[in-house]
Amino acid sequence: MKIQLAKLAHARSGDKGDTANVGLIALREETYPILVREVTAQRVKQHFKGICKGDVERFELRNLGALNFLLHESLDGGGTLSLMTDAQGKTFSTALLRMVIEISDDEAQNLDVS
Amino acid sequence: MKQKIRIAAGQGFWGDLPDAPVRQVEGGPIDYLMLDYLAEVTMSIMQKQRSRDPSAGYAKDFVPLMKEILPACVERNIRVTANAGGVNVEGCANAIRHVGRELGLGGKLRIGIVIGDDIMAKLDELLSRGIELRNMDTGAALSTVRERIQSANVYLGAAPMVEALNRGAQIVITGRATDTGLTLAPLMHEFGWAADDWNKMAAGTIAGHLIECGAQCSGGNCQYEWRSIPNLANVGFPIVEATPDGNFVITKHEGTGGWVIIPSIKEQLVYEMGDPHSYITPDCIADFTTVRLEYEGRDRVRVYGIEGRPATETFKVSISYSAGYKAVGTLVYSWPEAYDKAQAADRILRARLDRLGLKFDQILTEFVGANATHGPIAGAPPADLPEVQLRVGVRSEDRKAVERFTKEIAPLVLTGPPGVTGFAGGRPKVEEIVAYWPALIPKGEINPTVSIIDV
Repeated sequence: MKIQLAKLAHARSGDKGDTANVGLIALREETYPILVREVTAQRVKQHFKGICKGDVERFELRNLGALNFLLHESLDGGGTLSLMTDAQGKTFSTALLRMVIEISDDEAQNLDVS
Repeated sequence: MKQKIRIAAGQGFWGDLPDAPVRQVEGGPIDYLMLDYLAEVTMSIMQKQRSRDPSAGYAKDFVPLMKEILPACVERNIRVTANAGGVNVEGCANAIRHVGRELGLGGKLRIGIVIGDDIMAKLDELLSRGIELRNMDTGAALSTVRERIQSANVYLGAAPMVEALNRGAQIVITGRATDTGLTLAPLMHEFGWAADDWNKMAAGTIAGHLIECGAQCSGGNCQYEWRSIPNLANVGFPIVEATPDGNFVITKHEGTGGWVIIPSIKEQLVYEMGDPHSYITPDCIADFTTVRLEYEGRDRVRVYGIEGRPATETFKVSISYSAGYKAVGTLVYSWPEAYDKAQAADRILRARLDRLGLKFDQILTEFVGANATHGPIAGAPPADLPEVQLRVGVRSEDRKAVERFTKEIAPLVLTGPPGVTGFAGGRPKVEEIVAYWPALIPKGEINPTVSIIDV
């Protein structure tokens, strides 16, 4: 079944220059492997099409059940150069939570989200 | 040696809740108060202030704050670490000395100052010796912006602050120092941690990272179950309660709002994170993939298991330079067909800017209420929104072009689509852009020095 990340994770985002970072945190430990499988750097790049003009890097933090994404060239130059309302990338977190991923029926049942 | 130290965060940035440090001092027992005032662009603002007034150039708010809390700090031996000195650390310290004397604290108060972060005066000498200070993000040579540089400061680490504390300073004032160092230094001083005990350096650094954004780790901006967060009106700022072994608990004062829970801690851990294996500071490389968390009671999360690696051979330099001008104008369009009207107004505005032949490096249009935060990811907005704000920004090296743009916004009210308001603020302001240039410099080039001032 398809499910929106907002049901499986929470997140916080911020900036370093023209790069936005999004930390995606599994709401439950069991969900983390699903995030690792589904929320790849490539899919995040696709999700932020038109916003992220550079590469997307992904790092795994198994200890926190979290993934960290770096979205390069995403903030219109970043910092004071940027004209964007969200020049600091603060709402990239919730933008990522809009992503819809695929989970199996078993997973849905185990997570009680079916 | 004390077996437990409580370090309280009082400011997450310059302009955070003014009474937060006061409530940290008065709300319960603490040993240290750390105050982070310097964002990346703050130094250039302070440099400008100092060029107009040689006695300015530091975080002015720090002075009345200290006036309010100094008597309690002296009475209860609460020590303060603050990077409030900006580009005029001595000026800041003099102001605090003056306040201390006014309060009758003569002979009872010692201030330590850390200087040596400002390399503005020796930039050309460094460049001439082949220290290129290339932009860490773009690789560009500093010579491309040399004439436009406004400030250049090294991010100093904990070491000079530790020296100031060791020499008995109750208040340590720095210029450009890392926010993590403001927390790590008290731990090194109290527990006698060696500067090459990398796991402990990493633990103190991550403790600093967790509290450096103030309430953002204790319920503020917390996405997890946000509706359930108690009493944010009286949000408690975070406190690190550390032990000599390098482990610590994040907590907050009893009776305050917000919450310290594992999800709020995780959210702050990943904030502004790069490669989590290598969080680089002047003091160490901290590995965020080693952090372990567990509950130790209500509003108490224990953080342990942290590992670190040796510090690098370089300091990071924060250089600011003038990068042209910008302005942002807004108007609000109301139902019916608010979004269509705002889009039409944008087309009209752009046609007029074109006709004027103005050159901009960038024009950005956003529709607040439809796409300003999530852009195309938000999809098409619901039909017939009650209102939409048109927000247009421009950027140019040419100040005149930006000024001309600011005169084109309000006229849209009488010369564009109907149902528009929200122009009462007058013309948008033209802002000078001060941009940020991160670079690296060999540590051997920098000699931080500590001075002691007795009140």
